[in-house]
Amino acid sequence: MKKVYGSAAEALAGLLHDGMFIAAGGFGLCGIPELLIDAIVASGTKSLTIASNNCGVDGFGLGKLLDTKQIKKMLSSYVGENAEFMRQYLSGELELEFNPQGTLAERMRAGGSGIPGFYTKTGVGTVIAEGKDVKVFDGQDYILERGIVADLSIVKAWKADDTGNLVFRKTARNFNPPAAMCGKVCVVEVEEIVPRGSLDPDHIHLPGIYVHRLIQGEHEKRIEQRTVRQREIA
Amino acid sequence: MMASEKKGWDRNGMAERAAQELEDGMYVNLGIGIPTLVANYVGEKDITLQSENGMLGMGPFPYEGEEDPDLINAGKQTITELSRTAYFDSATSFGMIRGGKIAAAILGAMEVSEKGDLANWMIPGKLVKGMGGAMDLVAGVGRVIVVMDHQNKHGDSKVLHECTLPLTGKGVVDLIITNLGVLEVGKKGLHIVETAPGVSHDDIRAATEATVV
Repeated sequence: MKKVYGSAAEALAGLLHDGMFIAAGGFGLCGIPELLIDAIVASGTKSLTIASNNCGVDGFGLGKLLDTKQIKKMLSSYVGENAEFMRQYLSGELELEFNPQGTLAERMRAGGSGIPGFYTKTGVGTVIAEGKDVKVFDGQDYILERGIVADLSIVKAWKADDTGNLVFRKTARNFNPPAAMCGKVCVVEVEEIVPRGSLDPDHIHLPGIYVHRLIQGEHEKRIEQRTVRQREIA
Repeated sequence: MMASEKKGWDRNGMAERAAQELEDGMYVNLGIGIPTLVANYVGEKDITLQSENGMLGMGPFPYEGEEDPDLINAGKQTITELSRTAYFDSATSFGMIRGGKIAAAILGAMEVSEKGDLANWMIPGKLVKGMGGAMDLVAGVGRVIVVMDHQNKHGDSKVLHECTLPLTGKGVVDLIITNLGVLEVGKKGLHIVETAPGVSHDDIRAATEATVV
């Protein structure tokens, strides 16, 4: 089965519908599926629920989908970098479900692994525990969190072969593997598609079984907090 | 007017004191702010820093022109890797946090209670940005060390009987390092472990709302 598509719009054809649930990889602006986000903006698909650690910044990444008011609800751990997000949230246009970062990652991993729920001590005794089942294991309280299964995963990797085996680069891996795992359909954008056999099978970060459609493209890869140190003068 | 004599530790003093809590061979997660400065004081100790976005062996900030958009820390700042560095995904990262593999986390705080409750993620009525990985860290790591000013800018104690702000974790803090000294969370209240230079036990008691035993 052919997984490689010519463009983000082609790769998403037939997969988008209003009110759908999307899981997105990325942390801040690092390792975000820029091209697929742009294609979803262009599609005009509305009332989206998106599970993503952050929501981009104003005018970039998932922030573009805020500008066009295509997002109904976010599941995130941190949304502090986005004025339009706050405006829509405070005015009631946008719903937000805060998830502790590790809980969000594990909900994706679990959902993609056939685990509908798991118990964690993260958030015990906080607002996060409200309304959730509490169970005592070995004398300690744990709360029940649900696995996430999304209609669609949008993911960014560094390299892929044409069967969808993926290799990520540095900290741009972040939420991409768990996001890829939890989607009923997973579309991935990479910087380079290489012929099968050219990736070392021992160095595949995510096997192609999780990847249904694949595109190659140019990425802006914007830096959110450029921080440097001074060179010492000898 | 006479310049008042500066008592206690400044930001770097607190960071230096916090670094003394770290032991050779530890894997450690440092929060944003003063905790970040702790890395400057580990000296010869073999400490591996974790960045919860998916990295062990976090290096210093890059030189200008060497920034890599694929290499950032949990504060989204550009950083560098070391010869020991390993990368992994977010689920694996929080697996090692939740699973107690990280020996210690050093974090900032808005409030800490005498029972070790920690509040550092939201102020009701103000802009809420989210808890990020803080709830996972305090629930999972071996030891939670809070580094913060003893009092807020109005002079009110940040070390309380009960936190007034929404909690990040309940009964999670082990040690509190402030500009005035070091307090350990015990079963019946806080114990003074050490006082900062020029600070007395009475000074700490007077500045602390929580029970100091």
